[in-house]
Amino acid sequence: MTDHHLAQLNVALPREPLDTPEMAGFMTRLEEINALADAAPGFVWRLVDDGGSDATALRPYGPDVMVNMSVWESVETLYDYMYRTAHLDLLRRRREWFSHDGLGAHSVLWWVPAGTIPTLKEARDRLDLLAERGPTAEAFTFQQRFAAPGSSD
Amino acid sequence: MSVEAIGELREPVRRAVYEYAVSQDEPVGRDEVASACGIGRTLAAFHLDRLATAGLLDVSFGRRSGRTGPGAGRPAKLYRRSATDHEVSLPPRRYLAVAELLAETVERAAADEKLFAVARDRGRSAGLAAAALREGDADRAGSDAAAGIVEVLAGQGYEPQRRDDSIVLRNCPFHALARDYPPLVCGMNLALLEGLLDGLSASRGADLGERSSDGLGGSPAVPRIAPTGTNCCVVIDLASKNNHD
Repeated sequence: MTDHHLAQLNVALPREPLDTPEMAGFMTRLEEINALADAAPGFVWRLVDDGGSDATALRPYGPDVMVNMSVWESVETLYDYMYRTAHLDLLRRRREWFSHDGLGAHSVLWWVPAGTIPTLKEARDRLDLLAERGPTAEAFTFQQRFAAPGSSD
Repeated sequence: MSVEAIGELREPVRRAVYEYAVSQDEPVGRDEVASACGIGRTLAAFHLDRLATAGLLDVSFGRRSGRTGPGAGRPAKLYRRSATDHEVSLPPRRYLAVAELLAETVERAAADEKLFAVARDRGRSAGLAAAALREGDADRAGSDAAAGIVEVLAGQGYEPQRRDDSIVLRNCPFHALARDYPPLVCGMNLALLEGLLDGLSASRGADLGERSSDGLGGSPAVPRIAPTGTNCCVVIDLASKNNHD
């Protein structure tokens, strides 16, 4: 067992206000998809706002930038949730609802000591690191993965 | 390496053993292969091990009958299709390298929907062409729509299997790309299949009309994203009452 967990941050710009019909295809499936994450093997934690169900109301990086942050036991468990569940169907349609124009890097992975929850400031730093240096052990992507600190694999 | 691996398949019995092993959902044992191929257990074991040594099958050990504890015997040697792709191209071609560059480009350009539109067009053209071929073939023209779909998809490497209300695709023809660019490549695959089924049904109007009047409504075959981890990420529903959308 690794003593590190995997943290993930995504940022995106919604194309329309969240309560418009254009965004309904995304918003109406959010609860189901979040429940799927909560029940998924390897799920540890995800960011939610004060309302407590999701992070759609949070705008820590600017008025237009939505965030999505979570912690998982491994890269594989996060990958399986993202790409091998109904979540994939939402991702397939991501361009209908979101843009990443001008955001530079918009998705980053990094290791955190198990039992700790990353801060939004730390997450932002990881995203900037990825944008500046490309994938490194400190900030990486699914395509170019790095093993957890101290692990042999 | 891959030339030697593929060379192992020249022997007809070994080829039959390979074809059987890779068509099963679960890893197969020697006894099962022997009876399915009508050969002795020793010969089945010989071919299975040759295929494993060549890298065409992966080996695992397990008890097939659920017996445990003393008396359950040694775990059986089980075989399944190798996780490694084998490819031979003469002269050498590197189309995967090109595909990866193009996928990364589409990803960065956020041009997913343009790729999906092209895939839908290409799929429809292929579907129309396949339907025209089938209609010109007296033996097949009368067969049902689902059988036609299975045959066309088999020809494209999906290894389709018909279930009660759906067609499951056992192989992802775009595996390496789908692994690295799932939303893009699985979305492309869905659009390709939507186009293909649309093209196939467009020239099978009579067949469609018949099904519609049975109360099945609309197109009898609807692909949707339903990833399982082992199969292709798309499943084709055969009756509209089973659509989950």
